Amino acid sequence: MLAELQRGARERVVSRRAGLTTNYAVAHAVKAVDVDVVAVYPITPQTTIVEKIAEFIHGGELRAELIHVESEHSALSAAVGAAAAGARTFTATSSQGLEYMHEVLHIASGLRLPIVMAVPTRALSAPISIHNDYSDIMNARDTGWAILIASTAQEAYDTVIQAYRIAEHPDVQLPVMMAYDGYLMSHTLEPVELYHEEHVRGFVPRRDRRNVLDVRSPITLGAFATPDNYYEFKYQQEVALRNVEGVLREVEADFAARFGASYGPVEAYRLEDADYALVTYGGAATGNARMAVDMARERGIRAGLLRVRLYRPFPSAPIVAALAGVKAFAVIDRAIAYGSPAPGPLYKDVATALYMEGLTVPGISVVHGIGQRAMYVEDFYGVIRMLAEGAGTGKVLFLGLRE
Amino acid sequence: MSGWRGLPIGAAVLRPGSTADNVTGTWRVVRPIIDQERCIRCGICWAYCPDGSILELKRGYTTRGGKSYEVTYEVDYDHCKGCGICANECPVKAIEVVPEAK
Repeated sequence: MLAELQRGARERVVSRRAGLTTNYAVAHAVKAVDVDVVAVYPITPQTTIVEKIAEFIHGGELRAELIHVESEHSALSAAVGAAAAGARTFTATSSQGLEYMHEVLHIASGLRLPIVMAVPTRALSAPISIHNDYSDIMNARDTGWAILIASTAQEAYDTVIQAYRIAEHPDVQLPVMMAYDGYLMSHTLEPVELYHEEHVRGFVPRRDRRNVLDVRSPITLGAFATPDNYYEFKYQQEVALRNVEGVLREVEADFAARFGASYGPVEAYRLEDADYALVTYGGAATGNARMAVDMARERGIRAGLLRVRLYRPFPSAPIVAALAGVKAFAVIDRAIAYGSPAPGPLYKDVATALYMEGLTVPGISVVHGIGQRAMYVEDFYGVIRMLAEGAGTGKVLFLGLRE
Repeated sequence: MSGWRGLPIGAAVLRPGSTADNVTGTWRVVRPIIDQERCIRCGICWAYCPDGSILELKRGYTTRGGKSYEVTYEVDYDHCKGCGICANECPVKAIEVVPEAK
């Protein structure tokens, strides 16, 4: 019944099915939500997003101000200014660009500006790499931005549309980062269903925001806060960021009704009766893990997969609920948290979430795909085998590393 | 003082100019003193003060030499930080900067 309703909804809203890279899908979403200002600085593998947006503007398909700046620090600073003035604002970056933006990331969230940024993730220098891993986004995880990680081009398109509703929600008013695999998704073609733009614009209506710069009613943004008030402002941010999970569910319910699709803060695959779980994020790791789960199931191992889509705020409740019943789990991280108790950033979050609920489910912190080291389905199947054999829990595994 | 719920989000200051409510001159270590006898009412100190702490008062003054002015410039010591720009810019050296500590 629900499936039929959703199919009916899609037939009404889909304008065409196209073969698009995730970067182009993102550009189409930015056009569909009718942004006002796009601040851009090129960096691989992000550049084709803003190139496509520039084409849309040049061709008259999108009426927006395209600001060319001299660095990523300035790109986000320009986005901060535009958003402070009430504009619907977009920018995008990767890797070193995100690093260079770092101090402005905190300013955007501290000023409570609903900027949306796409981040096709890329490994960090040195040594210089243009290939994919999630080191860049992991360095930005505690900056007060909401962070969603997409696993398909369609999801990236849908998520940008949802991101503006979330960012501009009065209980949130925070910037949102939407990440996905650089190259492995940013530059590969997938089928994407694009929506009629009037439906998208109906879903993301313009609303009045609080505390916007307006000469008719002047305010000051970016003023000094003394020790008497600073803490309260930062606590407001923490509360607003934690509101994101509930707002995401609310926004997704409406999205599902209008567009016939939803993803949730986490996505489970064959997890209901699973003894062993893989936990992943992004496109390639999730795709490999899904096939490995199928392979394990064919061989009689009850394996399942949990994909984390909402990374900040961390959706502890659904993750703990999903893992509470398994015998063991492994988190596949595509970044190294150097010198940490465990090298996997997501593993640390999952372990903390379980511990805070008083649970001690055995787990393995797996690192893979660093600098786009090839990941194979067999690698992930091997991890499931280890879990099933009771081997390696509480340990660390650097998969794909040459000895 | 407001709890976290009562403060405007994003640390916005909703009333322009409200800094004037705060006594910010307390960290001053030197104080400018205007000699009303030497002052020629050119307004340069008023224009140069980075903190709007030179007050232009509609109050007449007659020097001992018999010259009359319609305005008087005074320092707003609640907000003056003691930077000394006024004294530096004064074309007739009518502003002296003296230590706050005696």
